Amino acid sequence: MIEVYLFLIAVAVILSMYRFFRGPTTADRIVAVDIMTTLTTGLMVLFALYYRRAIFLDVALVYAVLAFVGVIAFARYMEGGL
Amino acid sequence: MSIASIIGQALVLFGTFFYVLSSLGLIRMPDVYNRMQTATKSATLGSLGVIIGVGIWAIGEVGSYSWIPKTLIVAVFLLLTNPIAAHALIRAAYKSGVPLWEGSIVDRYKEAESSLERVEEIKEKLEEPSRGLR
Repeated sequence: MIEVYLFLIAVAVILSMYRFFRGPTTADRIVAVDIMTTLTTGLMVLFALYYRRAIFLDVALVYAVLAFVGVIAFARYMEGGL
Repeated sequence: MSIASIIGQALVLFGTFFYVLSSLGLIRMPDVYNRMQTATKSATLGSLGVIIGVGIWAIGEVGSYSWIPKTLIVAVFLLLTNPIAAHALIRAAYKSGVPLWEGSIVDRYKEAESSLERVEEIKEKLEEPSRGLR
């Protein structure tokens, strides 16, 4: 049953990839990247249950922290402060 | 199939539904600001559902309660940082000059800036005669 949810989240990631490649401005692409990182965090947590390994939850936490820092850095760069 | 598995699966299904809705909003909306609005809100709710749902599902599936604190930490962290990231991004998009959609009619940020400028002008006018009196 987990495979169905994994497939649904993969569909969501592919749909937001459309906005990443299409997006007319830089801000659109960064918004798409932000949403893709959030989706990937959920995907990692589901993979932890799929492989029955609790250690993968830590991977998801570290990935969430790094994605947050990355998005903040991109925002500062767009604003002209970096 | 225990009760914890059923509750967890329901939460995960709820979360994935909102994930798909958020990416649909990312495609459908006409503007950076509208896209950010729809996508971030529903992605935050969806990740809460998925992550806490996995924690509850693991009680029935793996048989261990140690998943719940970890999943709660990840969920609370996402709940705190997602709005901050969205706010910083939208602010940067506005300041770098991304235009609003032509159908949007209210721009409170511009109104607030122009009213602040007017307040400054009135203050300068009020200070000039007081200098003369002194």
